[in-house]
Amino acid sequence: MVGYLIRRILGAIPLLLGILTIIFFIIHIAPGDPTARFVNPNVSPRVIEQMRHNLGLDQPLHIQYFKWLWSFIRGDFGYSFGQQQPISQILPGVLWNTLQLTLVALVMIFVVGMLIGIVQAVRQYSVADNVLSFGALFFYSMPSFWFALMLILVFSLKINQVIAMNPAMAPWLGWLQFPASGMTSVGYEFMGFGQKMGDRFKHIFLPALALGIGNAAGVARYMRGSMLEVIHQDFIRTARAKGLSERVVIFRHALRNALIPIITLLGLYLPFLLSGAVLVETIFGWPGMGRAIVDAILQRDYPMVMATSFVIAAMVVLGNLVSDVLYAVVDPRIRTE
Amino acid sequence: MPATVTPEQMPPEPIAQTAAPAAGRAGRQPATPLQVALSLIPGLGHFARGEWILGMTLFFAWCFTLSLAYLSRARTQAVFTGRRIPADGLVAVITLGLMAILVWGWAFYDLAVRSRRERRQFGDSQWSIAARHFKKNKLAIGGLVVMVLLYVLTLVTPLIAPYDPSEQGNIILSRYLAPSLEHLMGTDKFGRDIFSRVLFGARISLSIGFIAVAISITLGTLIGAFAGYFGGIVDGILMRFTDMMLSFPRLVLLIVVIALFEPNIYLVVVVLGLTGWMGTARLVRGEVLSLREREFVQAARALGMGDWRIIFRHVIPNTMAPVIVSATLGIGQTILTEASLSFLGLGVQPPTPSWGNMVSDGRDALINAWWIATFPGIAIVVTVVAFNLLGDGLRDALDPRLRT
Repeated sequence: MVGYLIRRILGAIPLLLGILTIIFFIIHIAPGDPTARFVNPNVSPRVIEQMRHNLGLDQPLHIQYFKWLWSFIRGDFGYSFGQQQPISQILPGVLWNTLQLTLVALVMIFVVGMLIGIVQAVRQYSVADNVLSFGALFFYSMPSFWFALMLILVFSLKINQVIAMNPAMAPWLGWLQFPASGMTSVGYEFMGFGQKMGDRFKHIFLPALALGIGNAAGVARYMRGSMLEVIHQDFIRTARAKGLSERVVIFRHALRNALIPIITLLGLYLPFLLSGAVLVETIFGWPGMGRAIVDAILQRDYPMVMATSFVIAAMVVLGNLVSDVLYAVVDPRIRTE
Repeated sequence: MPATVTPEQMPPEPIAQTAAPAAGRAGRQPATPLQVALSLIPGLGHFARGEWILGMTLFFAWCFTLSLAYLSRARTQAVFTGRRIPADGLVAVITLGLMAILVWGWAFYDLAVRSRRERRQFGDSQWSIAARHFKKNKLAIGGLVVMVLLYVLTLVTPLIAPYDPSEQGNIILSRYLAPSLEHLMGTDKFGRDIFSRVLFGARISLSIGFIAVAISITLGTLIGAFAGYFGGIVDGILMRFTDMMLSFPRLVLLIVVIALFEPNIYLVVVVLGLTGWMGTARLVRGEVLSLREREFVQAARALGMGDWRIIFRHVIPNTMAPVIVSATLGIGQTILTEASLSFLGLGVQPPTPSWGNMVSDGRDALINAWWIATFPGIAIVVTVVAFNLLGDGLRDALDPRLRT
């Protein structure tokens, strides 16, 4: 297993280097310049030239590439042009924010998706199955940015309006009220621990829902198929014949076997979540990777683009690896020597 | 040459074709002249024969075409009397004419020719079996109908859109109007009619989806076929490249590329096409790996055919079934991705309406004008649901393992 892991990780290195090289050349060949925002009649062209020289942009492209490669190999991401800080100081905070959002969304995806899938499989071809199937397809086809806006419209704006109009409703509707943006409320520093947790939960709920709902629908479809395959096998009939209760049959015997193909999805959903995070973070004002990379691109902040691209690509490769390892863990037939 | 011929070497006995109960039209009566005459209005002839479903379909299609022609009569005239004939107006009128001819011709052809002809006994091809299974799937048929309707609508848009999509109304009196009979979906902050903009936005979204998927499917099929057929080092290089492209989230890659260059519609189409081929390439490679060892490919090789001829004439046509499914599902996904890009301001640029940038416009006025963001979003959902239903139906019909 250890040998397999090492081989996989070594195999991932050229992949990462390849994609980063492509991105490096795309962003440097593209028109635009990080110093462009300083150009105005009051700034002498010599100052701009000096700036370009300081940032190393006046050198030939291949020299820039090897310089970047060398510092990258040493683990030095460089200095952000846009935020005037070392990237190693910016990145961990941004990454942690995105990971929080992504992990909450991931848990939501799998819990909701699996429950729906199980219900559908157990009641195959019933009204509930058809309704849930169509509902899943509907959410699966929905653009996450639009769903996010609709969530804000209903659970933040409209509910605030309703409560403002008749305050008597507040006790009933208050728990449906969610903040529209940000990670914490204004007075966050002065709250007690329980309140802090509640506040964070309220802030993360809508973005995680918007991020996760489409993928949850996808998981539900997989789960239904996988569960149906298992449910018609002999050992399930045996379990029923033994007189086990339906709940034990479904959750002990069937679910465990149906989970095998689903577990592998866990790692594969990472790219989708990271893509979605770009949109959801922009809408909910969530200071994470997605917004960082978009801002960096728009400012032509080359070192920041390279650093965030590396982190995202590394997370995807890691996700693939996790999914393969999990597969080997849950299914003894796959285990490599 | 052995003296006696063993049973294995005998040519297989021709299996007597039992007249399989042909689905649907087997026991069809030839149409009477009266019924054919009734078909002057498409659908009536079929009603007279009791073929309700086909009759209703034809009748509604006919009514739809006629009412469209009636409602847009002023504009249809304007297309011809105007000094400069606008290209899209002309396309719309031609589409309308073709629709009328098609519906009318089909009703006549079906009664006067098809119902009188002996049903020829074809062997069951892969496609005819799939078509039979597809017809049973109501949801998939629904998806197909919605898709066809959407494409027809995009063609006749100039005739049915009540306003010009970029026509700004009175900035004080007609901005942020709620949905009403006059403005079916309300107006936006410049007083532009949302309904017209949704209709015109459909053109952009559907054509971008179609062209981008055409590019990515072609590329994916070629790369997958070469990798699978030649194997060895070609396979290694192409598949490592595919893995590399897959190790980066598509939307982020699109943003990197598009944000750096001037975003415009052609760039969006090309980049969407160039970043969407990886799934197809893997799919086709898998198929080709097994096809390569089949007898018919070996026979082609033994006949002395070149690799290219074998790939294009024998291998690729046999991989088409899963590719068609992935293309259909891909159009839906591409429409979603294009909308996301436009929403971020990186796709279609503002004066041109696209569903994504309309939702983005509505974001500023979410609380006092909910309709701006809501209706384009619903349009996206309906379109993508239709493509997904169609794709699922095609997959169930084309994959023998999934047929029920």
